Amino acid sequence: MTLCIAMSTSVASSVSTGESLSEEEMAQILEQVEEKKKLIATMRNKPWPMAKKLRELREAQAFVEKYEGALGKGKGKHLYAYRMLMTKLRVLSVSFQKWIKFKRDFDNFKTQCIPWEMKIKDIESHFGSSVASYFIFLRWMYGVNLVLFALIFGLVIIPEVLMGMPYGSIPRKTVPRAEEEKAMDFAVLWDFEGYIKYSALFYGYYNNQRTIGWLRYRLPMAYFMVGVSVFGYSLMIVIRSMASNTQGSTGEGESDNFTFSFKMFTSWDYLIGNSETADNKYVSITTSFKESIVDEQESNKEENIHLTRFLRVLANFLILCCLCGSGYLIYFVVKRSQEFSKMQNVSWYERNEVEIVMSLLGMFCPPLFETIAALENYHPRTGLKWQLGRIFALFLGNLYTFLLALMDDVHLKLSNEEKIKNITHWTLFNYYNSSGGNESVPRPPPHPADVPRGSCWETAVGIEFMRLTVSDMLVTYLTILVGDFLRACFVRFMNHCWCWDLEAGFPSYAEFDISGNVLGLIFNQGMIWMGSFYAPGLVGINVLRLLTSMYFQCWAVMSSNVPHERVFKASRSNNFYMGLLLLVLFLSLLPVAYTVMSLPPSFDCGPFSGKNRMYDVLHETIENDFPKFLGKIFAFLANPGLIIPAILLMFLAIYYLNSVSKSLSRANAQLRKKIQALREVEKNHKSIKGRAIITNSEDTLKNSSKNATQLQLTKEEPTSYSPSQIQTMDKKVKGPGSSSTNGRASQPTSRHLVGSQPPRVRPDSGQPQSQTYICRSASGKSTKRPHN
Amino acid sequence: MGNKQTVFTHEQLEEYQDNPFRQRIAQVFSQDGDGHMTLENFLDMFSVMSEMAPRDLKAYYAFKIYDFNNDDYICAWDLEQTVTRLTRGELSAEEVTLVCEKVLDEADSDHDGRLSLEDFQNMILRAPDFLSTFHIRI
Repeated sequence: MTLCIAMSTSVASSVSTGESLSEEEMAQILEQVEEKKKLIATMRNKPWPMAKKLRELREAQAFVEKYEGALGKGKGKHLYAYRMLMTKLRVLSVSFQKWIKFKRDFDNFKTQCIPWEMKIKDIESHFGSSVASYFIFLRWMYGVNLVLFALIFGLVIIPEVLMGMPYGSIPRKTVPRAEEEKAMDFAVLWDFEGYIKYSALFYGYYNNQRTIGWLRYRLPMAYFMVGVSVFGYSLMIVIRSMASNTQGSTGEGESDNFTFSFKMFTSWDYLIGNSETADNKYVSITTSFKESIVDEQESNKEENIHLTRFLRVLANFLILCCLCGSGYLIYFVVKRSQEFSKMQNVSWYERNEVEIVMSLLGMFCPPLFETIAALENYHPRTGLKWQLGRIFALFLGNLYTFLLALMDDVHLKLSNEEKIKNITHWTLFNYYNSSGGNESVPRPPPHPADVPRGSCWETAVGIEFMRLTVSDMLVTYLTILVGDFLRACFVRFMNHCWCWDLEAGFPSYAEFDISGNVLGLIFNQGMIWMGSFYAPGLVGINVLRLLTSMYFQCWAVMSSNVPHERVFKASRSNNFYMGLLLLVLFLSLLPVAYTVMSLPPSFDCGPFSGKNRMYDVLHETIENDFPKFLGKIFAFLANPGLIIPAILLMFLAIYYLNSVSKSLSRANAQLRKKIQALREVEKNHKSIKGRAIITNSEDTLKNSSKNATQLQLTKEEPTSYSPSQIQTMDKKVKGPGSSSTNGRASQPTSRHLVGSQPPRVRPDSGQPQSQTYICRSASGKSTKRPHN
Repeated sequence: MGNKQTVFTHEQLEEYQDNPFRQRIAQVFSQDGDGHMTLENFLDMFSVMSEMAPRDLKAYYAFKIYDFNNDDYICAWDLEQTVTRLTRGELSAEEVTLVCEKVLDEADSDHDGRLSLEDFQNMILRAPDFLSTFHIRI
């Protein structure tokens, strides 16, 4: 504050003194004043103790104040002073501090809101980033499922429960008389029959009224649109996640150069004050070093190219044989089971043969693949990807059998529908006519539980998916409990009384199986996507499942698993998992789309009962609820003559964008190579010149000083600055000579002083234009930056 | 997993304090380099480690902290000390040597086998999280 007042008074006083200085002296004074101003502006950068900084600052400010007036700058000064004052006030003001604090607290709060962050960080510090990436993927999946659940719950289940007809009012919502006594048994409920089957969890509960409640809520339309948007939202979010992953990874090349240096010097977080956090940090730093060491060793490995290639081809061939064998086995077993279902007396084994064979395959093939893959000698990260791909191919066989069985069931039920329709019709007819036509009051409609019911194939499909999800969850938990936890207990406690060392030898502790768990997660999500159209409650069950799975697996990992022997860093882009997820999403879209488009809905259950096809609801809504011209527009748009050119256009656009992106990434790679080359050249120059300079420092500096006037900004002893130095131009030129030999510590700061120079301090007109500043003069390579 | 000991020796207790560089920080910021700080030194330290301190200043002091033998260069011995403290001795000797070699490889631009302030600053100013980790909040 006092500075600006003093400066304004000095300006006023300068007007009175007038032009009493010569041209040259003015130039010198101007230079000095500018130096002082630069010093003030960059005082914070100086590595001096506080007392020294304050002293220097006061001296510089006094100097500027005294001599600024003599130069009579006028209006520009006022503005500059005003701006300086305002910035100072802003920084110091209490409200600004409060705003900064509030922003920081809010950021902290947002980070704390991320669920399970501490758990995952714990796991990451103990097991490495690849194991942690599985849990991050699980958490992301949980988020997606939450959104889907909110969609389905809010738009389909809640309206039906609140505004639709209650349980027991119409046949489709009531347990049939025959099943009533057993409907509450736990065994029946566990199989998703009984009361659960006739609830809002399944497709069959929903009524086909066009609008329900006082809101005139169009439930069938909402059901259809929610089904479509579940897939649309999932697709959008998977692709968006893939896109953002690729964007993040383009900046990777930069930090590749200094991996170890950054790890060594910037990994310790000085903010840690809690000893447990510090422990975690130590462990994670160690793990991170080990990861980088593994990477380094992998890249240094010598390879016999031909042998490696031969081994890899051999391994792939063996695994292909295994996959074909298992595929044929599954096909054979499914065929047999179809024959069995026609026979009468089937034993337990024959009934469950398919499931048994599939479980056995799922248990033994992955370790077999891993053993064969040891031939290939890949980096662990690449090896993991191959393993994932192979197990994925194996699980596709599972999917194939499941879908086949399901489709058979559906076709069977559909073929029975005609029969049941007739039966229902005749039963109702007889019921109404049985008491004779003489009564004036017509008989009340039969109790809903007594009406003969068609077999609702959609609900049957939904029940299958529910059962699959629940049994899958149980099998996973059991495997973890037995395979990991009990094994760990056994190894720990039986080690005393066993012949060989259990911990180092055969069973030892389990390592966390990343590929198996990731694939399990992806395939389960595929099941959910397939089943959610026919069982709206399935997504809710899945949300519960993911929640419990998170806690259970976190506990299991920390208590029973050991880190992998070779800890490797997960690839920064999670795109591999996302790619698999996308593939599964498409695979699960196909059956649903097929059934919606080509199978007729059941005649007496669900929101589409009575229609010819499920998508007829769209047509109906457009006709009845939208204005006429919209109907014409939609009909026009659905014309194949319009759709086929549109599809062709999209193909062309994809091709074009693909080629553009390829050329851009090529340009990117070339630029990066150029930067690398420039950096190498710079490094070489510096090392050569550095040695030359240290030996010939005096000579080169005398030479360079003969060029245009050069200002050396740093002084080893800045206290030598005094107003009396204005007259001694020579001393300044010799200054570089003295300061360059005083170690190189000050030179880089000079470079940064130049770099951080505010552009507002400019030489005025009438100044010799040859103002240049030496950057890193100690290296002798004077990169002259012409100042404007 | 891992068994937790319940009786610590003096050396182990030392190790279990939090910051591995706490002694170096005290030495660097103290008046006479022996670890005793006056109030002004204390203020200096917090001023440098606060979040508003400029990057170059922090880089300068970071260099001084990691230079264990105070010879204005970070030599291989300094690097070994740093790594050992950071990992609390969990890495084997050859791993430590490998890490130090790699660091010198990456950052030593004039190939004299040690890092000068310039090399260090060149490298650290490209680090994305240097500012956020080299930071103490009161």
